[in-house]
Amino acid sequence: MEGRCVTDAQTIHSIAVDLRGVSVAYGLSGGGRYEAVQPVDVAVADGEFVAILGPTGCGKSTLLNIAAGLMPPSSGESLIFGQRLSGLNTVAGYLFQQDALMPWKTARDNVAIGLETRGVRRSEALKAADAFLVKVGLATFGDRYPHQLSGGQRKRVALAQVLVREPKILLMDEPFGPLDAQTRLIMSELLLDLWQADRKAVMFVTHDLDEAIALADRVLVMSAGPHSKIIGNFEIPLARPRDIAEVRSEPEFHRLHSAVWACLREEVRKTYGLPAHGKAGGGATS
Amino acid sequence: MNRTKLLALQIGVAVVALGIWHVFSTIPIGTAANGKPFYLLPQFFFSTPGAVIERVIKMFVSGEVYKHLAITLIEAMLAFAIGALSGVMIGFWFARKPLVAAVFDPYVKMMNALPRVVLAPIFALWFGLGIWSKVWLGVTLVFFIVFFNVYQGVREVSPVVLANARMLGMNERQLLRHVYWPAALSWVFSSLHTSVGFAVVGAVVGEYLGSSAGLGYLIHQAEGVFDVTGVFAGMLILMIFVMLIDFVVTLVEKPLLVWRPGETKTV
Repeated sequence: MEGRCVTDAQTIHSIAVDLRGVSVAYGLSGGGRYEAVQPVDVAVADGEFVAILGPTGCGKSTLLNIAAGLMPPSSGESLIFGQRLSGLNTVAGYLFQQDALMPWKTARDNVAIGLETRGVRRSEALKAADAFLVKVGLATFGDRYPHQLSGGQRKRVALAQVLVREPKILLMDEPFGPLDAQTRLIMSELLLDLWQADRKAVMFVTHDLDEAIALADRVLVMSAGPHSKIIGNFEIPLARPRDIAEVRSEPEFHRLHSAVWACLREEVRKTYGLPAHGKAGGGATS
Repeated sequence: MNRTKLLALQIGVAVVALGIWHVFSTIPIGTAANGKPFYLLPQFFFSTPGAVIERVIKMFVSGEVYKHLAITLIEAMLAFAIGALSGVMIGFWFARKPLVAAVFDPYVKMMNALPRVVLAPIFALWFGLGIWSKVWLGVTLVFFIVFFNVYQGVREVSPVVLANARMLGMNERQLLRHVYWPAALSWVFSSLHTSVGFAVVGAVVGEYLGSSAGLGYLIHQAEGVFDVTGVFAGMLILMIFVMLIDFVVTLVEKPLLVWRPGETKTV
């Protein structure tokens, strides 16, 4: 019996996040339902970097929240390393789009707290926090409060805060969205460097096509809401480790870019109420 | 504007105001019908700045004022401590238990709508003419300020910060300690000036309406015998007293609110 269990566990364990037939619907205040996300299946293998790409408001972040256990799906289930998820996903780290640092704690306290909640002694937690602040290039910024840091520096602290807990799964919700273009590039490099060291499963939500292709092993494209679903699944066979700046000039990158964009384009037009491309002059039928 | 220039202008305002007061209360501008000199600010009603300052100095030199200052200070401090503590606890409780908040909501609003001065006579009846009737009057003022701030502070904790804290593995107790508590406290500290001010108001108004000691009592006594100089002297002492307390509050709150975004000065 025991032998079978182990093999069973091994096969299941290779899938870190497995969302099965997950749908999301909200009750509207005037009665009725708003179907945000149709039943979708998303699987992220252990060690795989999956980017979920879609127009704004398509329910990408909702999928992340379900994988994190912050909200329950309306139907379907989420399996985390083969275990049915109920309550919070304790093996996942979540990097939020907005500022999520505690403003009343210094950078090092913000990083250390994730270890303290686990019962690590404060002195040790602070030591680990300092070490991680060095890794994200903020060695001398430990005593600063979030408002004394720039947007990019706050994101680095947030990254350290999540990674110091050594989560098995990383959930990222447009984490570099609010940053300027150069800082995003630097942050993407940092993320890839840290990820390369001990590949965790990553679910990375973004609306940035370049970012998705440059970072991920696989890109899922979601359609515009309501009734969003997964409409594209692209393997990204670019070699690792990647140089974020270099990879964008490779011919393979451009080929993938056109392929994914062709899939995404109509969806983006839909969100802005534009007629489907190619039918713009189509006349009275539409 | 540089500091010295600002200070000079501020002092200028005081000099001009006191000058006008002094001139119109000591130099007659004409003769009244009965042949007596006519003052724009008769001394009987307005006293003179010199007399007021002389009286203040005399009160401090003779030492009679210290007892009254001490009484008012104790009353205000007790009112602040009790009001702030109960405000924090009940504000926290209401914010974390929406049902309790919903049930008590109309009563809280009714209590807060009541002008607190009308409570002073009944408090004097219940708690006597000693310090406690003044303390409780101050408490009713301080409590609501702190209560509303804590209630708001706990309920308006950013949902993202909260979600993040939960993802970082915080249980309910740790959330309370690391998220809700600091969020609430920051609101209490930001209302510190107002609530300390109201504690003093409660004490002085209470003394004014019935007591045997305190700054409010001093002013009331002077008023009773038409001693306008005494009234102004009491008011001047009260003003200085409140300003000193406000200064202390500023000193206390500075290190407590370092994490708050403020002006960033370039050097």
